[in-house]
Amino acid sequence: MAHIRLVYFAWVRERIGKDEDILDLPDSVVTAGDLLAHLKTLGEDYAAALEHENVIRVAINQEHVDHREPISGAREIALFPPMTGG
Amino acid sequence: MTGSLVTVRVQPEDFDLAAEVQALSAGRRDIGAVVSFIGLCRDEAGTLDALELEHYPGMAQAEISRISEEAATRFGLSAVCAIHRHGKIVPGENIVLVLTASPHRQAAFDGANFIMDFLKTSAPFWKKEHRTDGSQGHWVSAKDADDTARERWSKG
Repeated sequence: MAHIRLVYFAWVRERIGKDEDILDLPDSVVTAGDLLAHLKTLGEDYAAALEHENVIRVAINQEHVDHREPISGAREIALFPPMTGG
Repeated sequence: MTGSLVTVRVQPEDFDLAAEVQALSAGRRDIGAVVSFIGLCRDEAGTLDALELEHYPGMAQAEISRISEEAATRFGLSAVCAIHRHGKIVPGENIVLVLTASPHRQAAFDGANFIMDFLKTSAPFWKKEHRTDGSQGHWVSAKDADDTARERWSKG
C-alpha cells in the first residue's frame, strides 16, 4: 500500500470539495490513469470532478506527466484542469 | 547561460517594469536588446469586475523556471526575468511580466514569445472570473489557440 498526498486545484478542487487527500492506494493502482479511475469510485464528488478524465492534468512531484505514467515513488500527485495563466 | 541569469517570481504584489529592466541589465555590457511583455487584466467589454488567480505553490515557480531555462538555452539569451502574480487582480492591473535580454533583438523577441506560449499552457495557474453582474465562480476555459501557439515551436 502506497501512502500518497494528493492535491487538487481550480474546479477539480471545488468539485471534490477539498484541497487535498492523504490516501493509501491499493497495489492495483499503477499509473496516473489508474489513480483517476480509482478516485472516481470514492464518491459522487470525485466522480463528478473527474468525469471527463481526458481533460484532467496530472503532475507528479510538481512535474507534468502523461496519464500512462507510473505513480510509484510519487510523494505528491496533483490533479487540475487545463491551465489558464498568463 | 547559467541558472543564475534566470529570475522567476510568483507573488501577489504588482511589479515595476522599469525597476525590473534595470535589475536585469545592471552592470552588463554584453546585452544589446531587452524585450518586455506585460499581460494585463482586461474588463471583457465591461463585464469583468476582477480575476482570481489560483496557482500551485512550488510547481508554478518550478514550471516557469523550466520554461525560462529552456528558452535561454534555445535562443542563447543573456538573461530572463519572469514574474507572475496570483490572487485578486482587477482590470487594468498587471498579471505577468516577461523580460528577455540578448546581444541582438531577434533572440529576445523569440525568447519572450516562446516563454509566453509555454507559460499559458503549462504553468499551473487558473483564472476565475468575478463578473460585474454579481455572478462569480466561472473558471476561464483553456483556449485551443493557446495550444496551437505552443505547438508551432516544435515544427521544423
